[in-house]
Amino acid sequence: MANAPDPPKIEARDLHKSYWTADGPLAVVRAVSLTAATGEFVSIIGPSGCGKSTVFNILAGLETADAGSVLLDGEPIGARAGAFGYMPQKDLLFPWRRILENTMLGLEVRGVPRREARARAQQLFEAFGLTGFERAYPSELSGGMRQRAALLRTVVQERDVVLLDEPLGALDSLTRTQMQEWLEEVWRRFRWTVLLITHDIREAVYLSDRVYVLGARPGSVQTTVEVDLPRPRTANDPAFLAVERELTEALRVETRKAERDPAVWP
Amino acid sequence: MIILGGRAGVGGAVRWAALPIAIAALYGTWELYVWLSGIEPQVLPSPSRVIREGWEFRSDLAKGAGFTLRETAIGFALSVGAATLLAVMMDFSGVIRRALYPLLVGSQTLPLIVLAPLLIVWFGFGLTPKVLLVVLVTFFPIVVGWIDGFAATENEASNLLRSMGASRWQVFRYLRFPNALPRFFSGLRIAITYSVVAAVVAEWAGARLGEGLGVLMIQYEHSFRTDLVLAAVFVTAAVSIALFLSTYGMERLLIPWYFRTRRHG
Ligand SMILES: Nc1ncnc2c1ncn2[C@@H]1O[C@H](COP(=O)(O)OP(=O)(O)OP(=O)(O)O)[C@@H](O)[C@H]1O
Ligand SMILES: [Mg+2]
Repeated sequence: MANAPDPPKIEARDLHKSYWTADGPLAVVRAVSLTAATGEFVSIIGPSGCGKSTVFNILAGLETADAGSVLLDGEPIGARAGAFGYMPQKDLLFPWRRILENTMLGLEVRGVPRREARARAQQLFEAFGLTGFERAYPSELSGGMRQRAALLRTVVQERDVVLLDEPLGALDSLTRTQMQEWLEEVWRRFRWTVLLITHDIREAVYLSDRVYVLGARPGSVQTTVEVDLPRPRTANDPAFLAVERELTEALRVETRKAERDPAVWP
Repeated sequence: MIILGGRAGVGGAVRWAALPIAIAALYGTWELYVWLSGIEPQVLPSPSRVIREGWEFRSDLAKGAGFTLRETAIGFALSVGAATLLAVMMDFSGVIRRALYPLLVGSQTLPLIVLAPLLIVWFGFGLTPKVLLVVLVTFFPIVVGWIDGFAATENEASNLLRSMGASRWQVFRYLRFPNALPRFFSGLRIAITYSVVAAVVAEWAGARLGEGLGVLMIQYEHSFRTDLVLAAVFVTAAVSIALFLSTYGMERLLIPWYFRTRRHG
């Protein structure tokens, strides 16, 4: 094929995953497929327990899928970790490391010399609003700052794709709104390829180029919504509200199914 | 932290004064009882006599304490090294853990009083049996401190490191090890408190004249100097307490982040 379009940066095809529990097999992920092009911001929403984090764990190489494949630039990556920068919901900053040392952890693990790792992390401190806190301990930072430090630790690794699992979920609503605006800004500046899990529909619409709605467990993609609105977006724009309503409706249907669903499948 | 805790202000002053007041009350009661009852000093000397005679014999006591402290230090250093090595091995290998943990627990059921004379029979009157007894007594709490500390590592934190591509050794070095340090210090604190007594018991069971507080106690007892026996007991207690307190200093030096985190978090 001479003029085939570029393959997407990241593509998950037909992922399946079950866990063995005391009550037998529990299907958690069923036929999840999703893609993101280079520099795209893609969100995943779905009822609680539908397998969103499990999908990320598979991508990050922490779990192996029972079936399905993950392609990076069109090439299968198998079970190898390393293409993804992963930021869990808890900031997980290590209390024994100062902020600068925390943010360079991923580089150190990869064997980057400390001096270089330090310099590379330091470069991002201004954009992340952390200047002056390099030598502070995590306990001395506010929740929003800790989350920014955790994101810095993730993106400084310069992986192909950044996985954010409810990064703002633990913040109060005011800080959260500020962080959403800030995240949008830094993303536009650096153009990372981002996959974001969130429970906040407005957050998804505000940030994403595309939103996947997963169904009740075992999760599979029920709806895909392209968000084609100019940035920066405003939440009271009618077009914004229309997308928000569409997603709310889709999620409500799935959440209701999740509540009806027996815990164990089949 | 109970011992060193305390805030400024009236409440703080009361807290700081509580211990001296308790000690003074104890001292006064004892002194008064000896004076009123006219009991013989060979049976129960007054505390002022214990202090006076202890001061008189201070060079003997200091020399003995020096011996005891040396045995304790050597035994304790060996114990920390060996316990740490073993705990790390047990963390990396489930087989080693399952094989050794029961043996370690078993080692704690040996009665010291019986073991000490046996060690003297096997290893003579020198340093070795004292050091061995100190190791035997202090080893277990240190290993348990490490093991509990390793086990307290959050799964999510390990996953974070694994997502960065960390090897098992790196997960240990960057996460499990530093995370275990506060619990290691708790174990260390228990161990160091028992360590001096272990050395004294071993000396009691057999040592050359004057070489340690334990053997001094026996010499004084044989010459009916109850006051000096008690003086030696107080020196032993003082050394134990000093070592116990020193662990807080070590902690502040080696894991300063732990105190910051507790203050803020
Ligand atoms: N290791 C495991 N063993 C057994 N069951 C598991 C395991 N990990 C996850 N599960 C189950 O799989 C289901 C999906 O979990 P997952 O964490 O992926 O959900 P989620 O969509 O991220 O939920 P939330 O929105 O609450 O974070 C849950 O019901 C969970 O209990
Ligand atoms: Mg989750």
